[in-house]
Amino acid sequence: MIAIIDYGVGNLFSLRSSLDMIGAECVVTSDPVLIRSADKILLPGVGAFEDAKRKLSESGLDKVIVDEVRAGKKILGICLGMQMLFERSYEYGEHEGLSLLLGSVVAMENKIPKELKIPHIGWNTLSVKGEHPIFKYTNDGDYVYFVHSYYASGCEDSLLATTDYGIQMTAAVAKGNIAGMQFHPEKSGEAGLNILRAFAEW
Amino acid sequence: MITKRIIPCLDVKDGRVVKGVNFLGLADVSSPVKLAKFYSECGADELVFYDITASAEGRALFTDILTEVAKTIFIPLTVGGGINTLADFDRVLKCGADKVSVNSGAIRNPSLIEEAAKRYGNQCVVISADVKRVDGQFRVFAKGGREDTGMEAISWIKHCVDSGAGEVVVNSIDTDGVKGGFDIELLKRVCDTVNVPVIASGGAGNMQHFIDLFYEIPEMSAGLAASVFHFGEIQINDLKRKMRDSGITVRL
Repeated sequence: MIAIIDYGVGNLFSLRSSLDMIGAECVVTSDPVLIRSADKILLPGVGAFEDAKRKLSESGLDKVIVDEVRAGKKILGICLGMQMLFERSYEYGEHEGLSLLLGSVVAMENKIPKELKIPHIGWNTLSVKGEHPIFKYTNDGDYVYFVHSYYASGCEDSLLATTDYGIQMTAAVAKGNIAGMQFHPEKSGEAGLNILRAFAEW
Repeated sequence: MITKRIIPCLDVKDGRVVKGVNFLGLADVSSPVKLAKFYSECGADELVFYDITASAEGRALFTDILTEVAKTIFIPLTVGGGINTLADFDRVLKCGADKVSVNSGAIRNPSLIEEAAKRYGNQCVVISADVKRVDGQFRVFAKGGREDTGMEAISWIKHCVDSGAGEVVVNSIDTDGVKGGFDIELLKRVCDTVNVPVIASGGAGNMQHFIDLFYEIPEMSAGLAASVFHFGEIQINDLKRKMRDSGITVRL
């Protein structure tokens, strides 16, 4: 069973529906007991890093997640949920992440060509850099849907895919039992469902 | 590379898609759920649902439909129409909307965009502006394009983006329904003014109009239309193939 972490951030309806669609058993929960008994963790998130991280910490779920993942439980972070897996974020100040992966989250502003709009919103292609079970149904060049203004940097040791938005930007990371997607697989049509299917089977 | 998005817009009233819909092989043409599925399979990059219902019953029906769509279609969904308060944001986001488009609501309540962006994130808030030329000036119109607010459109849109809107839909009343092409002059002004993605609306009559749009304004993010798709005058997969053949990056 997949535990979708509910910590009061963002819209879990589509994520839940997409897992239902592929027939993966899941539960939306903030209950540490359920999270500990689940096979896998799905960490979603939209909005601001500081706010999301504070909510995760206040509920004590940050410790539950870190304990479980360090003990080997598989986790998939999506969008801001992926960004929180890193050491820190520089979104409006400097904020500590869960430090499950090496790297930090930085702003696109001044890093990408001026003519490109921020946020990076829309369908962009994946350039696959490595191999991982979560990408077993994913092909180089697949289109996925992005919505973000910050991206993970300095994460070469876990880099799984990049996307071209003026620079090669981190699109997916994976290392051992930890995976993260900057884009939204639950909004990326068939290509996205394939990633969730691979996660469910992983 | 980021692709140019093609977005069909579905106006929904009392649970049905309005504006004549004419598709071969689609039995229930005014069912929002079936039409949404059809568009998704044809390669639509996003869907916009516009609630034009006035009654409470119609509103409840709309959220039921939205829930049904979001359970089966996994591309981004934007919802607009009747969004005046944070409670309205909440109502549609809970049913699976990803983005919420505000129009008259932002004119009536100047703090709506800022409050919504703070609570749901900028990516969730879309400012949709109905714009028409009056006395040589671009003016914002409210109430579905019926009422001149007297406000200058470009500075209004900029103000909304500064308040936290993460995306802009610009609907030109002057070109809407004419099918003579998008309002390049207006759209270029908006694109040059704001740094968030801009979606063009109003005026698409044939495939070449979309190609002209992205040629004339390379930084334009997306093109939105309703009747040309609903009447089957343009098939989305044909349009995207033609765009690709013209050197425009699309998702195919």
